[in-house]
Amino acid sequence: MQITGEQTFTPLITAFCCNWCSYAGADLAGTSRLAYPAEVRIIKVPCSCRINPLFVLRAFQKGADGVIICGCHPGDCHYIMGNYYARRRMTLLFSLLDFMGIERGRTHLEWVSAAEGAKFAATMSGFAENIHKLGKNRRLEDLRCKSS
Amino acid sequence: MQEQLRILAGKMLADGRAARVLGWKRTDFETAPEPSFFTAQDDLSELVYNKYCAANLSGFMIGAGKRDGVTVVFLKPCDTYSFNQLVKEHQIDRAKAYVVGVSCGGNAKVEEMEDVGWLERCLVCTKHDHVVYDELVLDESLSRPEAQDRFGGVTRLEGLQSLERYEFWQGELSTCIRCNACRNVCPACNCKKCVFDSAKYDTAAKANVTTFEEQLFHIIRAYHVAGRCTDCGECARVCPQDIKLQLLNRKIIKDINELYGEFQAGQDTETLGPLTAFNADTDAEPSIVHTRG
Ligand code: SF4
Ligand code: SF4
Repeated sequence: MQITGEQTFTPLITAFCCNWCSYAGADLAGTSRLAYPAEVRIIKVPCSCRINPLFVLRAFQKGADGVIICGCHPGDCHYIMGNYYARRRMTLLFSLLDFMGIERGRTHLEWVSAAEGAKFAATMSGFAENIHKLGKNRRLEDLRCKSS
Repeated sequence: MQEQLRILAGKMLADGRAARVLGWKRTDFETAPEPSFFTAQDDLSELVYNKYCAANLSGFMIGAGKRDGVTVVFLKPCDTYSFNQLVKEHQIDRAKAYVVGVSCGGNAKVEEMEDVGWLERCLVCTKHDHVVYDELVLDESLSRPEAQDRFGGVTRLEGLQSLERYEFWQGELSTCIRCNACRNVCPACNCKKCVFDSAKYDTAAKANVTTFEEQLFHIIRAYHVAGRCTDCGECARVCPQDIKLQLLNRKIIKDINELYGEFQAGQDTETLGPLTAFNADTDAEPSIVHTRG
């Protein structure tokens, strides 16, 4: 056996999608047969404001290299204003993570409606590409959760 | 002042207006008085007030409000902000508190029982007046250290590269022993059940193989009080490892001020907090983190 040191990096990306817009947008991307990276794992949440900072950190702990949050466009929230709260929360969280030296590109928020299958696919492709460039998540990793 | 407080407390207890007095009690060490409830007039000789009375008593008023009768509590100007914030969050029963505002000339930083100068929070203090009180006991002769820029430390860190910031925080946080003192002392941190007591999520104690647990604890500790932290400085004061916890709290406060308008938690009991409000039209998108530099 030879150790070449060459390994292909397959990132793990967690996408939190709200039930009403973004998850439906992902569905549309699927039914429209639009390709987006397989490394994106979607977690459905009732609303973008359901996402607690712990969810984001937990995803990193469990091995995610990037976390993206998708919700209804401002003004279109199924619960009227959930995404406005989420917007403030995530802005402060992303800024705090940046302040602590976690790479900025590892977190992202994008508004995707149920009609935007193409935008969903493009957003995921773009985000995955950035994570490829950033490489493995080292600064927010939990060795206890690593199998290899 | 100490004498005035003893007399006032004695009167309140004697005529039955108060069931107990919450103040600072003498201990074996002059530099370490401890928070204590006084119910008997005879014990009041143990009540002290000096620059070592740094403990913010507001948090104890949550429990005191659940007991019968009125509690007299001594609060320094900065402590009154915490008190107000807790009233706003319906944690303190205002009707059961008799707030005595006391003058403050800054608190001493104590290391190994020795007085080693001023507490950091007192060097940047802007909270000079009591925002809530029933009575004031003032001492005009007390003067404070001259105030420095509260956000100076945050701004300096913001100016570093991402990796430098990461290394700075690794240096700070890796020394954390997870004693939880910072969480326990915080008046805003008052959930009955805390995720960091959960044995199920490996979050209850320091992990010796990884840095994640410290980051998780500290990100959530700071974030959980976002918009509610009055910057009372108790967390940084009690940390046995002298970790600069105030930088995390103040980063959030600075962001809030810059993005959503100046806000001081505990200033009043009505204004909506920055995270319980929003502005549909003008709020920035999270991507602003990329462009702010
Ligand atoms: S008080 Fe200091 S050492 Fe204790 S848990 Fe908090 S940061 Fe860690
Ligand atoms: S986080 Fe620290 S400064 Fe803020 S309210 Fe709690 S103890 Fe005070």
